[in-house]
Amino acid sequence: MPVATLTPAPARKFSRNPLIAFYQSSIGKKWIVGATGAILFAYVIGHLIGNLQVFLGPDRINGYAQFLHDLGPTLWVIRLSLLLAFIIHIVATIQLAQQNKAARPQAYAVQGYQRSTLTSRTMVVSGLIVLCFVIYHLLHFTFEATNPVFRTLEDSHGRHDVYRMLILGFRKPLISFFYVLSMFLLACHLSHGFASVVQTFGINNSKISGIVARSGESLASLIFIGYISIPIFILLRIVH
Amino acid sequence: MNFNLKIWRQAEGSAAGKFVDYQAKEIPAEASFLEMLDIVNEGLIARNEEPVAFDSDCREGICGTCSLVINGVPHGPGKAKTTCQLYMRRFRDGDTIWVEPFRVLAFPIIKDLIVNRSALDQIVEAGGYISVRAGSAPEANGIAVSKRDADLSMEAAACIGCGACAAACPNSSAMLFTAAKISHLGLLPQGQVERSRRAVSMVRKMDELGFGNCSNQYECEAVCPAEISAGFIARLNRDYAGSAVKEAVLAE
Ligand code: HEM
Ligand code: FES
Repeated sequence: MPVATLTPAPARKFSRNPLIAFYQSSIGKKWIVGATGAILFAYVIGHLIGNLQVFLGPDRINGYAQFLHDLGPTLWVIRLSLLLAFIIHIVATIQLAQQNKAARPQAYAVQGYQRSTLTSRTMVVSGLIVLCFVIYHLLHFTFEATNPVFRTLEDSHGRHDVYRMLILGFRKPLISFFYVLSMFLLACHLSHGFASVVQTFGINNSKISGIVARSGESLASLIFIGYISIPIFILLRIVH
Repeated sequence: MNFNLKIWRQAEGSAAGKFVDYQAKEIPAEASFLEMLDIVNEGLIARNEEPVAFDSDCREGICGTCSLVINGVPHGPGKAKTTCQLYMRRFRDGDTIWVEPFRVLAFPIIKDLIVNRSALDQIVEAGGYISVRAGSAPEANGIAVSKRDADLSMEAAACIGCGACAAACPNSSAMLFTAAKISHLGLLPQGQVERSRRAVSMVRKMDELGFGNCSNQYECEAVCPAEISAGFIARLNRDYAGSAVKEAVLAE
């Protein structure tokens, strides 16, 4: 009987530099994905808390925006760190996904998934749609490139009128719909992402894994409801 | 009972394979899945056709030799059992059953449903042992082990090395196998001396062999005949990070 030979050349090569070798290893790369994911996760929560101040009236949210702008260089340090975390997260996850695809050259004719969820299997899809959203979102509200008129909005204190910008931005049903859809996919991503990060950091065990998974779902649901409440309340003219 | 089988046939590793339809007729409900295939093979041999090649040895769930992906699930439907412990009464009369080999890059197909799983042995060779002089048995109570660690270590040691974890994983990752092997030694005092080297070299070997990366989907845990918990993967994740740091510092 012909004996099948194993892949002769190693499928992956490792640097002699331990730091690079750590990144090249499957588990090391997952730690990097987890760490950058956790940073982004924390930002998503912080950003939500900041945004929800829109419900406290124009003065609060405009004052908050002014406060952020007055941070000056600190703001840029935060922005660049987030950008770096975002880029590393995406590059590492795409590399992981390519290796995973290569590890099964021929798919099964019948798939009998037992435990995984649609959400957990589509992290790359939800992630990439979130990426598209983030680009649009920055052009929309941060650089105000899609609506240059936003740049001219000022409130009675001479501050940038973020409140009006949100109202004008979200009164367009199509744009609000895109925001809601993106937040849904972000929530899907974070639902598995939360449980995943706990596992990757080695905090999980068989006794708490159920609670961890449900905590991820609950946290993601809260984030989803929190974020979509803004465009929805504005669309319904409850906030105006 | 009667079944329509769709079985993957492949003359050898380099040949192209395809599904071939077979009728399994008058199969006793108490036949195991492998016994059902034996009956089909007897019919093929009687007709002078090439029998379906598949792996088995103990046929009582302890050796880990049997494999097969049955209707998309390694070791078929049901929990905590191997293919040799799967009985035809689990299916309905007249069912169509798809039978495929484990599909993992690191497990090349030898013939039909038989794959070469020596990649798992290579992972163990990379560090899944402890180096001690094996003389006469030492005093049993010479090294104290806590009940908790002993139990957990035994749970990990229950792995029979069948490879269903990698076959079930959407990424063909062998993390559950590697985690079990690393944990059952790493939990015991005897395993401490080589602990960090073991974790780093076994994971490296696993990666070099072309297994995929764990993405925490837990398909492995669901099909494991020994019910190895994915909690061991979490343990490996933290063991690996600590070990990588330790090895990097020690290398200086
Ligand atoms: C706001 C943006 C994002 C946040 C907050 C975020 C957060 C997270 C978190 C917490 C994890 C779990 C990490 C782990 O497995 O330990 C994760 C995993 C993942 N992320 Fe993201 N992510 C974001 C954007 C993206 C983007 C743009 C992509 C595009 C490719 C992406 C792709 C993935 C993939 C594929 C995984 C699974 C990795 C694996 O388990 O192997 N993410 N993300
Ligand atoms: S043949 Fe030994 S476990 Fe199935």
